[in-house]
Amino acid sequence: MNTGIPLQYFLILATVMFFTGVYGFLTRRNLITILMSVELILNSVNINFLAFNRYLYPHKLEGMFFSLFVIAVAASEAAVAIAIIINIYRRFTTINVEDVNEMKF
Amino acid sequence: MASNQIMFILFSAMIVVFSILTVTSRKILRAAVFLLFVLVSTSGLYFMLNYQFLAAVQLTLYAGGIVVLIIFSILLTSHISLKFESSGWKKNMFSATAALTGAILSVITILDYKFSATTEAAKEVNMRFIGKSLLSVDYDGYVLPFEVISVLLLAAMVAAIIVAKKGGPKKVELPK
Repeated sequence: MNTGIPLQYFLILATVMFFTGVYGFLTRRNLITILMSVELILNSVNINFLAFNRYLYPHKLEGMFFSLFVIAVAASEAAVAIAIIINIYRRFTTINVEDVNEMKF
Repeated sequence: MASNQIMFILFSAMIVVFSILTVTSRKILRAAVFLLFVLVSTSGLYFMLNYQFLAAVQLTLYAGGIVVLIIFSILLTSHISLKFESSGWKKNMFSATAALTGAILSVITILDYKFSATTEAAKEVNMRFIGKSLLSVDYDGYVLPFEVISVLLLAAMVAAIIVAKKGGPKKVELPK
């Protein structure tokens, strides 16, 4: 299945995806787009785990299970974050991070 | 060039282009759709690596669940055709410098390191084996993280309901 594709290609692809997510995390101001950048970062880490598992330790399944758990954590994180975002929108009627600067009200 | 190499180039080009579009698109709904494309092509990569179960999980949970959740929250919190004003060039430039520096350092490290694979035979990943290892308490079992993740999912569900519930905490009137 993966003959002729070195491991490094997968790792470089995941690196590009990770740092694109970092760039979006730093430049975006809308809370939902920040959440989307975090999803990009988590997804790129999953690619790394699976590529290492397939290329270096194919007799074990640790990378696969780890990325399964990462996906579950990402799902619960998205659910809680979106609940918080909707609550913030109800209080401030905006989800721009620069306008949401009070924690106490 | 073999067909799997062509597939890899296709998937990785899609991932790179659409992830850059996700973080730079000025329309929020478009950014969400680009994120969907990134996640779907990632699941194609998982199919290429021969992890069919995880690719299916990626398709249903990420592309089916999280993206729909994000699109719903976009529709609830902002107008569909909302267009961001671009953040200042200074912020963009510094962020791009930070990201580029990190990427270049990581790529240099990856190309420099000598990865050594084991010589043991590859294991067949079938559904029966995955289910058995998830619930086994042996050396290769994952029952403890499985239980932890189920408690985490329950806690996240309860927390999401409590936080997003309408209205603040009400004072309970004690019956006299």
